[in-house]
Amino acid sequence: MNLSMKWLADYVDCGISAKEFCVGMTMSGSKVETYETEGSSFSNVIVGKLLEIKPHENSDHLLVCQVDVGENTPIQIVTGAQNVVEGALVPVAMVGAVLPGGVKIKKGKLRGVESNGMLCSLGELGLTTHDFPYAIEDGIFLIEEDCTPGQDIHEAIGLNDVSIEFEITSNRPDCLSVVGLAREAAVTFEKPFHLPKPKFHGTNEKLSDFLSVKVENETLCPHYIAGMVKNVKIAPSPRWMRERLRASGVRPINNLVDITNYVMLEYGQPMHAFDARYVSGRSIIVRNAKEDETITTLDGQVRKLSPEMLIIADAEKPIAVAGVMGGEYSGIMDDTQTVIFESAYFEPVQVRRTAKKLGMHTDASARYEKGLDPNGCLRTLRHAMELVELLGAGEPVADYLEDDHRSNQPITIPFDPEWINGFLGTEIPAEDMRKTLEALDITINGDTCTPPSFRIDLERPADIAEEVARIYGYNNIPSTVIRGVTKAQLTPQQQFLRKAEQTMVGLGFYGILTYSFTSPKCFDRIGLPTDSTLRQTITISNPLGEDTSIMRTTTLPAMLDVLKTNYKNRNAAVSLYERGKEYIPTGADTLPNESERLTIGMYDGDADFFTLKGVVETLCHELRLPKCSYVRPSACNAFDETCALHPGRSAVILCGDTPIGYFGEIHPTVQKTYSIGTKTYVGKLLLEEMERLVQPDITYQPLPKFPAITRDLSLVCDETVPVGTLESVIEKAAGKILEDVSLFDVYQGDQIAAGKKSVSFSLRLRSHDGTLTDEQADAAMKRVLKALNSVGASLRES
Amino acid sequence: MKEQLEAIHSAAKQALDACSDVKTLEQIRVQYLGKKGALTGILKQMGKLSAEERPAMGQLANQVRSDIEQALADKQQKLSERLLKEKLEAETVDITLPGKETKIGSMHPLHIVEQEIREIFLGLGFSVADGPEVEYDYYNFEALNLPPDHPARDTQDTFYITNNILLRTQTSSVQVHVMENQKPPIRIISPGRVYRSDAVDATHSPLFHQVEGLVVDKGITMADLKGTLELLMQRLYGEECKIRLRPHHFPFTEPSAEVDIICFHCHGEGCRLCKGEGYIELLGAGMVHPKILEGCGIDSSVYSGFAFGLGLERIAMRRYNIGDMRLLFENDYRFLEQF
Repeated sequence: MNLSMKWLADYVDCGISAKEFCVGMTMSGSKVETYETEGSSFSNVIVGKLLEIKPHENSDHLLVCQVDVGENTPIQIVTGAQNVVEGALVPVAMVGAVLPGGVKIKKGKLRGVESNGMLCSLGELGLTTHDFPYAIEDGIFLIEEDCTPGQDIHEAIGLNDVSIEFEITSNRPDCLSVVGLAREAAVTFEKPFHLPKPKFHGTNEKLSDFLSVKVENETLCPHYIAGMVKNVKIAPSPRWMRERLRASGVRPINNLVDITNYVMLEYGQPMHAFDARYVSGRSIIVRNAKEDETITTLDGQVRKLSPEMLIIADAEKPIAVAGVMGGEYSGIMDDTQTVIFESAYFEPVQVRRTAKKLGMHTDASARYEKGLDPNGCLRTLRHAMELVELLGAGEPVADYLEDDHRSNQPITIPFDPEWINGFLGTEIPAEDMRKTLEALDITINGDTCTPPSFRIDLERPADIAEEVARIYGYNNIPSTVIRGVTKAQLTPQQQFLRKAEQTMVGLGFYGILTYSFTSPKCFDRIGLPTDSTLRQTITISNPLGEDTSIMRTTTLPAMLDVLKTNYKNRNAAVSLYERGKEYIPTGADTLPNESERLTIGMYDGDADFFTLKGVVETLCHELRLPKCSYVRPSACNAFDETCALHPGRSAVILCGDTPIGYFGEIHPTVQKTYSIGTKTYVGKLLLEEMERLVQPDITYQPLPKFPAITRDLSLVCDETVPVGTLESVIEKAAGKILEDVSLFDVYQGDQIAAGKKSVSFSLRLRSHDGTLTDEQADAAMKRVLKALNSVGASLRES
Repeated sequence: MKEQLEAIHSAAKQALDACSDVKTLEQIRVQYLGKKGALTGILKQMGKLSAEERPAMGQLANQVRSDIEQALADKQQKLSERLLKEKLEAETVDITLPGKETKIGSMHPLHIVEQEIREIFLGLGFSVADGPEVEYDYYNFEALNLPPDHPARDTQDTFYITNNILLRTQTSSVQVHVMENQKPPIRIISPGRVYRSDAVDATHSPLFHQVEGLVVDKGITMADLKGTLELLMQRLYGEECKIRLRPHHFPFTEPSAEVDIICFHCHGEGCRLCKGEGYIELLGAGMVHPKILEGCGIDSSVYSGFAFGLGLERIAMRRYNIGDMRLLFENDYRFLEQF
């Protein structure tokens, strides 16, 4: 909504600068986006009178003009325009003037003849023929206004208004009007507000002799009024009206069209004007469209209507889409003689749906769909008639036709100053509240109040409190601290997630943030089998593009994308993690499971499978998970994404029997797909599943009282025997006295037969009942060796 | 014999005085106190002395021995002190050489700010609530007083999954879940991802983050809302920070406010950064609409509450002076390393 300050002054005199006005209005709830002084894009342009025009001695198309600019001697200006005539008033950009677009006027010579300025066209001042219909597009603007040479052009042609752009919230359609904003301004700045009643004489005829009006759908159109103007004289509107329309961002067209726009801007109520010639049968019927009915709208487009849409029809056909747009032949033309004015209230939701379905959002529909004053139709029509008389644009008929099915009762809201103060935390005197509310046209009756019909947003005491608060000033409300005590702590799950993240940070990883939606193509990029359930996704019906059209069922591709970006950006080594969700569908009409995942990704010249395994082990230890085991993905079909990993250098992590994640080196094919030129490691951990496995709180274990015995064990076995197998055999055979077993060497080479490897462990043995004897230790080692023999490992001969 | 003893004594002392290394010291010890040493040689002659002479000589000999022993010990001490000193000097390093790096990572800057906000509110007695991102229309709109066809729905370009399921456009959806499941007093915040179909540019992203706050109790006032928000902003931006509340409209709060913070650049004068306003819009807030409370089974004549929702990206970008939102989602290591 653009407001003309000059127009506003009809209703309220604020007596303050535009800037103060904007701040004040913003702080009382009518947010100002920006304001602009008209014509501020050019300066030092004045009115000149062409005294003498002579041909240029060196040119066929240039003219040399002597121009009176209100000084003692005329100045000489060379122009190329041919429409200049002696005696005409023209805009003169003086030497030093700045024109729209930053053009600077300098003294110069044109083909040897001195020129001390420039004569301007409308376009050069940023104007169009809509602003000055008597002027021409390509030629100097010959001013037909009442002005004198030397006068500043802004003042001379009325280009000195301030236009203020408001952002009006959807609950205040009443403020989409000059009157509405003037009322707000009057209350904000505590100034009187004048709203005169529209007055006109009109001709004394019975309108029903000319026209009939019938509303068939009373729910969607509770009130319809039609008026008539005869002997219409289509002409440009007067300058003041054009100026105000222009300042409001509306293009002037002709007097009748301008009047409907002017009234809409002033009162907020859209109007429509029909040429009576094209209203067949002289009857107006407000009804639902019929199946397969069409209308050609004012913009020349054929629109297919459907039965839920409300239309205005004549005896034969639709002539307007109610509240949205008029039909092609119903509008005002140059030879229009009789006009029918429509002023109606249409049900907001219906207008909104129709406008949306037809893809036509007009100034009118924007107002109707927010909800107008149900009692505003007649006043608006009368104002239009008043303007028709004022402009001499035709002869209004005093009579009007209406079909009125309004049933709205004024609502009553409790008015309790004590409650309001209690709710706001203020101590505003009841009398001040009363004054504020009454200035807003809210009627107070003892302990109740009744809002005016145009304030459709006021329903409850909280709404009344807001009115009080915004005029009192939100910033005058004190600041207090909430009283009372509540127990606040993170849930165990939240603590777990936080600890997981902190641990990753401690291990040198950086957090990343990626989109939850992705491309369906990401599955092929990681080589996911076509029958994988991960390909069943939540799909966005109106995505921005295919790349962001599905909710991810795996976080892996996003991590790979980030690694790719970093590699491309020549970051030599990165270690990253993401805490983020996967969205696994549960059914067509149900919400997906949203599960927190920790995704890890790294590349670095020195990193290998075991670097990442170390990270995973440390993390699991820090998160107090029971000891985990590692199996090859091929041995455990828990994660389809492991297809993206090197089959020999990847592992699924099992905590007990529960798979809690996977990690490994990415498959060379995937590495190539993502154009990463170095070995890259990724992993994913199921944080929520892990949280359920966390061991209870730490209990202190007494320090050992008796000494330990350490025995080293060097074994030889087939190279295919996993170290993990040997370790578990040792653990089982050694029994309770084994405190710790740790691997310290794996060797293959000269000393060892081909196909074999040497594996060395260090075993720490201890008893809690007494000092362990060598005999006991020997016996344990014997058991261990025997058990190892059974899996093909024997003592290495040195 | 006495003369011999005294000669040994003074010779030993002389030798010790002249000694300057551990090896010589050991030679001196052997020369005088060793099994074949000078003093031992003398003592072997003790037997030849008369019974009267023996005690006096014995005493003298012991005296000489202990003197030499003492002198040897002293010398030993001095020498090792000097050695230690030399060793320390030799071990001196260039302390201006760089330290050995222990790599510690960091959270994403947006999550750092989120965590900070969590901490602030935990301290104020707020719990942290979570809610689904893929959400029913009911929780995102309808229960928040945004029925179908409400014009305010236009301002939130929504991604739909089905007619009834969407990607939440605001964390306010969590308000309804919390009020359905918990009786007042309620004090929660709920950080999380939200979605709107905005094309990506320097200040927009189809995915961004909000932190919702909700307080419901007896006697909660708009002054409480103001106090809480001021506290938050002062913690985030320093004690000097000034905010202003401006009337606005949200369907789920009444009264509603937009909260602006004084421009960091011009301090309220108006500049390019704040588009001449002197203030920068930061968040939306208000008193919970009675309809919302009633819809969740909370008696609005007994309880009142306030709610607010702030955009994390905006706060993080402001905090770290990040000019382009895309940086947050690009995850370039050189960017991440700075936090």
